[in-house]
Amino acid sequence: MSAVIEEHHHDGHHHGPDKGIMRWVFTTNHKDIGTLYLWFSFLMFLTGGVLALGIRAELFQPGLQIIQPELFNQLTTMHGLIMVFGAVMPAFVGLANWLVPMMIGAPDMALPRMNNYSFWILPFAFGMLLSTFFMDGGAPNYGWTFYAPLSTDYAPPSVTFFIFAVHMMGISSIMGSINVVVTILNMRAPGMTLMKMPLFVWTWLITAYLLIAVMPVLAGVVTMMLMDIHFGTAFFNAGGGGDPVLFQHVFWFFGHPEVYIMILPAFGVVSAIIPTFARKRLFGYDSMVYAAASIAFLSFIVWAHHMFTVGIPLAGELYFMYATMLIAVPTGVKVFNWVATMWQGAMTFETPMLFSIAFVILFTIGGLSGLMLAIVPADFQYHDTYFVVAHFHYVLVPGSIFSIVAAVYYWIPKWTGNMYDETLGKTHFWLSFIGVNVTFFPQHFIGLAGMPRRIPDYALQFADWNMVSSCGAFLFGFSQLLFLFIVIKCIRGGKKATDQVWEGAHGLEWTIPSPAPYHTFATPPSSMKEAHG
Amino acid sequence: MNRVVQMWQAGLSLLLFSNAALADWSTLNMRQGVTEISRQVYDLHMLIFYVCCVIGVLVFGVMIVSMLMHRKSLGVTPATFHEDTRVEVAWTVIPIAILLVMAVPATNTLRDMYESADSDLDIEVRGYQWKWQYTYLNDDPAKEIQFMSALKTPQNEIQNLEAKGEHYLLDVDNPLVIPIKKRIRFLVTSQDTIHSFWVPDFAVKRDAIPGFVHESWVVVEEPGVYRGQCAELCGKDHGFMPIVVQAVEQADYDLWVAEKQAEAKEVFNTVGKTWTKDELMAKGEEVYLQHCAACHQPNGQGIPPAFPSLVGQGISVGPMGDHIDIVLNGKAGTAMQAFGQQLNPAEIAAVITYERNAWDNDMNELVQPKEINTMMASE
Amino acid sequence: MSGKTEVSKTIRQLILVVVGMFGFGFAMVPLYDVLCDVTGFNGKTAGKYTATEEQDVREDRLVTIQFLASNNANMPWEFRPKVRTMKVHPGKLNTAEFYVRNVTGETMVAQAVPSVTPFLAAEFLHKTECFCFEQQQLEAREDLDMPLRFIIDSQIPEDVKTLTLSYTLYDVTEQFGLATN
Repeated sequence: MSAVIEEHHHDGHHHGPDKGIMRWVFTTNHKDIGTLYLWFSFLMFLTGGVLALGIRAELFQPGLQIIQPELFNQLTTMHGLIMVFGAVMPAFVGLANWLVPMMIGAPDMALPRMNNYSFWILPFAFGMLLSTFFMDGGAPNYGWTFYAPLSTDYAPPSVTFFIFAVHMMGISSIMGSINVVVTILNMRAPGMTLMKMPLFVWTWLITAYLLIAVMPVLAGVVTMMLMDIHFGTAFFNAGGGGDPVLFQHVFWFFGHPEVYIMILPAFGVVSAIIPTFARKRLFGYDSMVYAAASIAFLSFIVWAHHMFTVGIPLAGELYFMYATMLIAVPTGVKVFNWVATMWQGAMTFETPMLFSIAFVILFTIGGLSGLMLAIVPADFQYHDTYFVVAHFHYVLVPGSIFSIVAAVYYWIPKWTGNMYDETLGKTHFWLSFIGVNVTFFPQHFIGLAGMPRRIPDYALQFADWNMVSSCGAFLFGFSQLLFLFIVIKCIRGGKKATDQVWEGAHGLEWTIPSPAPYHTFATPPSSMKEAHG
Repeated sequence: MNRVVQMWQAGLSLLLFSNAALADWSTLNMRQGVTEISRQVYDLHMLIFYVCCVIGVLVFGVMIVSMLMHRKSLGVTPATFHEDTRVEVAWTVIPIAILLVMAVPATNTLRDMYESADSDLDIEVRGYQWKWQYTYLNDDPAKEIQFMSALKTPQNEIQNLEAKGEHYLLDVDNPLVIPIKKRIRFLVTSQDTIHSFWVPDFAVKRDAIPGFVHESWVVVEEPGVYRGQCAELCGKDHGFMPIVVQAVEQADYDLWVAEKQAEAKEVFNTVGKTWTKDELMAKGEEVYLQHCAACHQPNGQGIPPAFPSLVGQGISVGPMGDHIDIVLNGKAGTAMQAFGQQLNPAEIAAVITYERNAWDNDMNELVQPKEINTMMASE
Repeated sequence: MSGKTEVSKTIRQLILVVVGMFGFGFAMVPLYDVLCDVTGFNGKTAGKYTATEEQDVREDRLVTIQFLASNNANMPWEFRPKVRTMKVHPGKLNTAEFYVRNVTGETMVAQAVPSVTPFLAAEFLHKTECFCFEQQQLEAREDLDMPLRFIIDSQIPEDVKTLTLSYTLYDVTEQFGLATN
């Protein structure tokens, strides 16, 4: 996907990328690997989307029409696993690969070969995971949160492959994160102090630390599962002296930082795009950094807010309630700072800006429902209902996914040298915006009205809003095919992009040609003037 | 507090929802419920909801104004400010203050929920895949009432072969009956996977963890029928194990208790008599549809390999002893449960008889409740 | 730009964090047990109580203890407490019995797992003798009266008037095998 423009080099070893398919198998180039991650994540996004459409098709009306309960549980589980681990996370890693070296003026990632391995593990891991649909007993069916003992004593035989896939994908994430940290800490251009880095680089630095800290804990918990299932241990089995609730503690110790892993890079993307289109510097850069760091720190000490109904004593419930409410503060600071960036700017509303503004509004709605969920007595009525489903889809879809889409629109002229079709882009935006709200807003209602999660059929009073939600899902889902079309069309040609591409864009990546040459910053940039966005 | 909240509610709902159908609050919002705690929870929910609305209106309002006024197309020059410590401190401190304000009523309600007191009635609630068992604890074992409570909605309604009834998926064969205005303590545990006992009208949701017991309590103010569902993924029929609680006046409750105790006695007596084949088949079909059809299907064909077919093959046309054993004791490592723990001897004898003679099975055999009873009681 | 040694140093440190966090995940298991032992948070009771003498018997107080018994999954044994409730004085040693019967035609081994509610009562329930301390093996059709000897600590808070002790019986024949008799 990146251009084959040869750059004049001092060392003469590189003459542009290899030809043919082996280029992609053996590449150690951060741009190529970024491209691989992005295409892989898009494929996973469409796959996870198909599973979601299966779910919403069944939930279109009460009664069981096309999918029986056993398969339904597999669809919901695999939809969650694929979207979290196959779509959102690899997409952000792809963006990191493409952008971090260019943004800090480095020639590549610190560990290019490990970078290649990090990517190529993923198709194997997800091939294995998806193949479980065809195994005896079917795919994982215990929810993406795979609580014991449903996932140990009562799991289908494919659970072992699930565990293996999780291990592989965890190794990929850890290797990728080590690469990101080492690159950012050691390869910044001279003069680029930490507090001069673009916010996207900061958010990825923090995200990488979170990944390094918690992915091993996930590896630990699935290993304990493996041992309970195959080696006669009883971590999560009361009969052997264990405790199913221990599973939840260890899982959510990973799980809560995980959701911040999925949103912090989004914050970085939006913090790059809004200043560009408002033609005004990001408001409060320093507090944005501190807020991101506080969010990351707080994310370690709130895990049990996913477990308010298991029977935690009063003191525990109160502590976790207060700590969770506290996260609203740094998150609010970030939202206010984006708004302050817009305020008294001179805005234009190209597609990346549309997706970014929608991000701020809709992510805030998701954050506010999160605040409601933090209130323990009320949570007794929200927990495990569609209110929670609405909350996390708001922060993940018009949150993370919109930011990834915005990033693609924003940087694709740099990657390909061509502008995307602005009219089609805006169309994609409006279809997605309407689709996402029609799908997920009504889910607040049915959750409050009493509909539990993870059920293939429901009582009649939930019928109307379920039908509306399903219609929205199909609209949103099919609109993403338009995005695919726009991306391919842009790769193949379009209005030529300048180096700077966007009038208000600042940053080292906008000082190099579009498309970006295969190798950039072989020598560090001379001036830091452009770096601070 | 309540009246103010109600007025805001009415105003907001008028403002936001003009459609008559949407004014039906019950499809849009949490219910107030029928206990003091549930009403506190509702008020708390509405309070945070209004706070969030105000925050949303303020933030989005500023954004909309900005998008309208600060556009390049209007020829504006962008400002250059990019920091302001006072403003940043303000919008850090003010949210903290708002959170503190929200934390106070939340803490009070939670404290109320955790307050311990003597209970008037203790009920053990046990989650099974995929139904509930209720045991009314009593010092005198002869007075204890225990029964299973399973989904009553017929498979035909679920599979769209019949029109759906009013309480589709929220109807059970044996509801939990409790007296109003008395403190009921629920002792919640599970037989197998994690389940969750949730009755929205009570604001009670307590996870059922295998090997552990957790308590929750309720004092129901108004008589009525209150329906809830399992709220933790527990396998195939997680969506099909509802909870129905019938809260009645004390006098009606006492009558129901007497009735149940008499029933238990009758079952005990029924076991002694000799049943006709027709009686066994009728009862057997009832039991089969209630407890077996979810897996083995109404037509007996099951969903192999996980749920074997009972028609013309396997256990129902094999030796009687094996058939009785598997129904009584289940089969380890599979989803087949030990129904000897859940059904009385008459029900067991009837369902075995039914399985051996229904569909195309013509074993022409029957088994009497007293034989089953003998096997279960003393061997 | 930093040299290769800087890069190696950072990588080493990060790998240490990875390994450390993997270990921490496993360390959470005993940590959790210790926390629960000390606080009684998940209702698990402690092991055998060594002090068997009655101390500070509170003749002025009665605490109700309620017994529940249930089977896990397909465990087919009959299992019930012989009395449902007892009213006891804190500090006094009491005995309760549980009846158990192997209804099958095979020898089996069972493990009883206790759980107490409310949690804060768990640390005040001391068991000097309990059938839950060991596995129980029963021959086909054999039955047994199992004793539980316990003291409720005289320091138990005043607002705990009732505590419920629930046993869940697990089939552990496979894990523990059968003892030759």
